[in-house]
Amino acid sequence: MATILEKSGFNPDKKLKIVGTSPVKHDGIDKVTGRAKFGADLYLPGMLVGKILRSPHPHARIKSIDISAAEKLPGVKAIVTRDDFPEIKAGTPDGDMTRNAMAREKALYDGHPVAAVAATSESIAKAALKLIKVEYEPLPHVIDPVQAMAPTAPILHEHVRTKGIKGADQPTNVIERLDLAMGDAEAGFKEADVIVEHEYDTKPMHQGYIEPQGCVASCTEDGQIELWCCTQAPWVFRDRLSNILKIESAKIRVQQSEMGGGFGGKTGFYGEPVAIQLARKAKRPVKIALTRNEVFRATGPVSGTKSRIKIGAKKDGTITAADAELIFQTGAFTGSMFINAPQAMFTRYNLKNVKTVSYEVVSNRPKVNSFRAPCVPQVVFGVEGVLDELARKIGMDPIDFRLKNAATEGYKTIYGETFGPIGFVETLKAAKACDHYKSPVPAGQGRGVAAGFWFNRGGETTGTLNIAIDGSVTLILGTSDVAGSRISISMMAAEELGIPVDKVRAIMADTHSLGFNRVTAGSRTTFSTGMVIVDSARKAITELCKRAAGLWGVPEDAVTFEDGYCKPAGANVGTFEPLSIAQIAAKTMATHGAIAGHSEMNVTGAGPGFGLHIVDVEVDKETGRVDIRRYTVVEDAGKAIHPLQVEGQYQGGAVQGIGWALNEEYYYGEDGRLQNASFLDYRMPVASDVPMIGTEIVEVPNPRHPYGLRGVGEVPVVPTMAAIANAIGQCIGVRPRSLPMSPPKLLKLIEEARAR
Amino acid sequence: MSKKYHVTTTINDDEYEFLCEAQQTLLDVLRDELMLSGTKEGCATGDCGACTVMVDGTMVCSCLVLAVEAEGTKIETIEGMANGNDLHPLQRIFLELNGLQCGICTPGILIAAKALLERNPDPTETEIRYWLAGNLCRCTGYDKIIRSVQAAAKEMRGA
Repeated sequence: MATILEKSGFNPDKKLKIVGTSPVKHDGIDKVTGRAKFGADLYLPGMLVGKILRSPHPHARIKSIDISAAEKLPGVKAIVTRDDFPEIKAGTPDGDMTRNAMAREKALYDGHPVAAVAATSESIAKAALKLIKVEYEPLPHVIDPVQAMAPTAPILHEHVRTKGIKGADQPTNVIERLDLAMGDAEAGFKEADVIVEHEYDTKPMHQGYIEPQGCVASCTEDGQIELWCCTQAPWVFRDRLSNILKIESAKIRVQQSEMGGGFGGKTGFYGEPVAIQLARKAKRPVKIALTRNEVFRATGPVSGTKSRIKIGAKKDGTITAADAELIFQTGAFTGSMFINAPQAMFTRYNLKNVKTVSYEVVSNRPKVNSFRAPCVPQVVFGVEGVLDELARKIGMDPIDFRLKNAATEGYKTIYGETFGPIGFVETLKAAKACDHYKSPVPAGQGRGVAAGFWFNRGGETTGTLNIAIDGSVTLILGTSDVAGSRISISMMAAEELGIPVDKVRAIMADTHSLGFNRVTAGSRTTFSTGMVIVDSARKAITELCKRAAGLWGVPEDAVTFEDGYCKPAGANVGTFEPLSIAQIAAKTMATHGAIAGHSEMNVTGAGPGFGLHIVDVEVDKETGRVDIRRYTVVEDAGKAIHPLQVEGQYQGGAVQGIGWALNEEYYYGEDGRLQNASFLDYRMPVASDVPMIGTEIVEVPNPRHPYGLRGVGEVPVVPTMAAIANAIGQCIGVRPRSLPMSPPKLLKLIEEARAR
Repeated sequence: MSKKYHVTTTINDDEYEFLCEAQQTLLDVLRDELMLSGTKEGCATGDCGACTVMVDGTMVCSCLVLAVEAEGTKIETIEGMANGNDLHPLQRIFLELNGLQCGICTPGILIAAKALLERNPDPTETEIRYWLAGNLCRCTGYDKIIRSVQAAAKEMRGA
């Protein structure tokens, strides 16, 4: 284990047979035939339907809850309220988590759960919800984060004092102020010939996974819990459920279902603790499948932001300083991971002088959840817009301007990491050389570019590789498969073992089968679990060689493994026919039993990812509607294990960004209630909204991984909105600075430009 | 207990009988009464297309059809799309070209794409995009879905 962490075994000259091809994913057949089981697809004998009663108020004290009438309804088997959840101190991570799952003292947003019912049918469960009488004392509410920062704003949590401000002693909605800086920004701006400064705002958007959260919880009489759910974090769910429900971790078995889209939004739980408490009371399995309305009102979304961004540069294009002030709305509870923003927003440029101040603010909206590169795309929207304007003021090509300032190996980042080999320069050069950028901008259209960065992540990861007696191989993986990691990881196992990938099958484990796995997020899975499985394969190979040595009666170090066969290490070992994995596996009964490899690591060495997006748009000057005419994603994958899947990540991320850029936002009424909680009114991109998305896979290997890969899932959404804004700017002569860039807003900009 | 209605229908060429409440949708019954869970619920308001099925040869969102309306109809769902071990060309090509990522929208998209190719064996890219505009996908950006449908159309035409 230690060896692979210190030395990944990366060999750029290794001839690869499987890695770099795009075989059909093994889990695909179940998905094209309807056999795949997602969160809501489990049916158990005696299973009840669970339904959640939600607050209609954005902010209200809960004075009393009367369940007596509902309890009497025939078919109702259990009802839970706040009284059925252990009391945990407010303001602690567990205290927040239990309060988000079931409101205690107050309801903090429209849709906040206040009670739940398990019944023998959906219609009975719904009828029972109507019989629950909740007495609310409505309180003044606040939706907008800037308004929530005002001293006169309604306070969500009396216990909050702003972290990061000395002497803060008054209740506030500002959870934290974070100052992050390097060098001397003030001095840097004095060196600048040109300075551009603007304010930007972005709106919360929903992760928009097509599968609403679904789960089934069961409980035995002696208190053992089984939970089936769609989750990006089975172990994190288990341990958090253990904390808030006061059940030992070993008595909770979480089995992840297939994942119908997550994008970060399934890293935290919603109905799961409620289903467990209902199942514990009813002693029958309980399914809770959220409706789309519930998904919009009470899960996700992504932080909205307000930002002020200032960057200075010399006439030759050298950036001298950057300064940012950022406000992140986090919904009703802390947890936006806003620290990513000041760490990542300028990182990809070799800046020396940076000053940032960030605030995280609660307001009466659902608690935000992760989404691809949490909190970074929102602020890159502004950064890349300011850079674009600087490039044009200086008179440089926007990609050349970025190249001039591109970070390279050895750059020490604002968060302390010193970059190893990275591919930002190669990405920019590939973008400049690609057909899209070289082709002239069609008449009437505008072209924009923008760049993005994501750290990529590692973290605690476990896995097992088992060799069957016929030489085929099964993998037990702890991370979730959110878009096809199983096949990529199987490919790496097959490559190591020198066997066809069809001889490998992977399953996603339940929490009893492996040790702790960190959440599947941050583009860590194919990297980290791939590393663990490569390590497991190498351990199994060591064992295969040992068994071959035993069969041949030679010392263990006299056997080597090559292309799927154990062979004598040299001519003096003796003459033996090479033994295949299957031949050795067939004799495991005589040679000390099954052959397997297992590994657990806290994986480090994730190679940072960089991308550049190029987009051509056309704006209808009469309506303000934007048409995306051509789009190209250029991104460094380190090594594309399965190129079709890598392209899919690039394309999917870009189109999510297109939605965020042009359409997606939440509308709250004066009453603090969400007004567009449906796919009709919250409009995500459909097939006819977008063109084909071109991709350029750059491969600058990450030497800290045995196959050189970098995570690829986050970066594709980071620069999208900025690239589109820059393109619109070229098209209409004014660069929008507020998301979404919807027709009414653009029309206003167009009319203002005309009036000037 | 609400009154239940007796419904007889044909699903993927098999005879089915079920009891349902008046307000239950075809989607509810397919999934929760008949456990044909290949048909997915993404919104239950007819906006996402994940529950797309064919009823008497017409493509519908099964969340917008009442279960009692299924009386005497012929329904096709994703579970009936393959023929024994032979996947429908759309199913096979979606696998080969990675026309799916998470797979939740895939059953609805396959049913819709099949319906398109039955009425228009040689659709343009724009026609495919507009036909599938009622089927949301959040993973793929649609690119590989469209390419899969194009490739399947070509193969099915024998082109």
